[in-house]
Amino acid sequence: MRIVVCVKQVPETTESAKINPETGTLMREGVASITNPFDMYALEEALRIKEKQEGDHEVVALSMGPPQAQEMLKEALALGCDRAVLLSDRAFAGADTLATAYTLARAIETLGGCDLVLCGKQAVDGDTAQVGPGVAEELDIPHATYVRKIASLSPQAIEVERLVEGGIEQVEMTMPALLTVVKEINEPRLPSLRGIMKAKRMEVTVWDAAELAVDAERVGLAGSPTEVVKVFTPQLEKDTQILEGSPDEQAKQLIHGLRQAGLM
Amino acid sequence: MDFALSQEHQLIVRTVREFAEREIIPYAAGWDEQEFIPASVFTSMGELGLFGLPFPEEYGGVDADSLAYALAVEEVSRGSGSLGLSYAAHVSLGTSPFYRFGSEEQKRRWLIPCAQGDMLSAFALTEPNAGSDAGATETTAVLEDDRWVINGSKCFITNGSLADVVILTAVTERGKGHRGISNLIVPTDSEGFRVGSSYHKLGLKGSDTVELFFDDCSVPQENVLGTPGQGFGQFLEILDGGRIGIAAMAVGIAQASLEASLTYARQRVQFGKPIGRFQAIQFKLADMAMEIEMARHATWRAAWLKDQGKPFTKEAAMAKLFASEVSVRAALEAVQIHGGYGYTEEFPVGRYLRDAKLTTIGEGTSEILRLVIARRLQEM
Repeated sequence: MRIVVCVKQVPETTESAKINPETGTLMREGVASITNPFDMYALEEALRIKEKQEGDHEVVALSMGPPQAQEMLKEALALGCDRAVLLSDRAFAGADTLATAYTLARAIETLGGCDLVLCGKQAVDGDTAQVGPGVAEELDIPHATYVRKIASLSPQAIEVERLVEGGIEQVEMTMPALLTVVKEINEPRLPSLRGIMKAKRMEVTVWDAAELAVDAERVGLAGSPTEVVKVFTPQLEKDTQILEGSPDEQAKQLIHGLRQAGLM
Repeated sequence: MDFALSQEHQLIVRTVREFAEREIIPYAAGWDEQEFIPASVFTSMGELGLFGLPFPEEYGGVDADSLAYALAVEEVSRGSGSLGLSYAAHVSLGTSPFYRFGSEEQKRRWLIPCAQGDMLSAFALTEPNAGSDAGATETTAVLEDDRWVINGSKCFITNGSLADVVILTAVTERGKGHRGISNLIVPTDSEGFRVGSSYHKLGLKGSDTVELFFDDCSVPQENVLGTPGQGFGQFLEILDGGRIGIAAMAVGIAQASLEASLTYARQRVQFGKPIGRFQAIQFKLADMAMEIEMARHATWRAAWLKDQGKPFTKEAAMAKLFASEVSVRAALEAVQIHGGYGYTEEFPVGRYLRDAKLTTIGEGTSEILRLVIARRLQEM
């Protein structure tokens, strides 16, 4: 079985993310890059399948990003992934979730397809949660989001539990399939120090646009209909009014005020 | 010149730091109080690969280097000085002699399990009457019918009661001075080997430190490490490497002191503002950070020289001397910044102070290290 795990390099924002007030963009100076934390759960799940399921399995870590993202992929290799592929080309820059999903899907096809695609539920920088399902649509395979458990897995079918509002949903799908996972699914391991030194000797495969035979109109900025108009921190304003008079009068004033504000 | 750590080194730091956050820091105060570290901690350290960092893969190692090892010792010690000491003693003193001086068979038999963490090792040099003057060793080993018969005692032996094997310094030829000393490999299940009482130490209480006794303790003739009569030179070299470990340990404890102080200076409010906004505290923090940075760089440089196969005796001595004194100063200032709370066990800084103090003593006191440095200067 071949399992592809989609990973993204994101700025480490656990301490405090700073937004440039003028441009509305994230200030990346001096901010370390890490693997998107949710993707670590996807990597862990893939490695557990490889270790626990009978048969020969291959885990491929796949990412799209600038050449520096190779560092993150080395970490995926250190964790125990068999291969790592980075899609890197100036033509891919500026991609929104649609173009990203398209490009990742073409890469999975270039790999020769796979049996299972695992993604984190969302990236902590964009928080869209769209790329996973987008890849599934591009590959025309079923998907389940917010998976907290793989109940059963065979080359033909997969049964999962999804974390949905107010409960758990059980879903059975045919394979190949795509899952996006939540942090309840497992406890990610640390890379072993031996794994780190092994990964040092392994190469990250880098593919450009030509390698993937993509439609130039569908990648990068050209293939991205999304337009970011403005990024801003919402201003929370408080305007407190103290009502006076008898309870009856106060109630009348309150109703009047709510009606005026269009809230009643 | 490149001051940046390689990607692997950075990843090793991140991994060991995360390991420390999960498996060491939450328990460190408890280990200090109970004067004991559970064996399961050593097992998980072995699984991570910590014991094999500076050794090649063919001998059970991880194939990294001394720098990677120094980085790991710092991170472990930042979590627990006690564990840092046990770790450094096992790798620098107990295991590297097999790698450096052992025969191929000794490497297979002892280095592999020690590097993989399946065996714990101790190095027994110090004696009641031979401390800084390690050449004054009184323990003897006499060859009788193809076996070395050992008599004597050793003190302040880290990991001594937990070890599976001890590397022991003994006089094998009387009257030959330093040339009559050999290092012997003593499995701790040998007859005549006895573990004495453990010490009630000022700090590093989780680390195992004991006396060892040898009463007609006999080991096979082939258990001499490398060549007989080379023991003195061997242990001097082992101590050079060990000092990089103690320097890294000192930096780790100092870093913990600084981080605790920064947190406290942000939280503690006096006269209407956090004390970190007062210059008196800021100056302390700045001095701590500056000294720690210098100590860390000196430690890395000594490790780098060792990895390059260049002489590093003087640099290791300088790094250890400076880092250990920085560590004590940083811990003292941390206690001071914490005020009354710093003098209690509610905060970890008191433990840092007790732990840091050993680093100016073990593996060469500050005074002996000054002699080592001066000697090297005058050779030039």
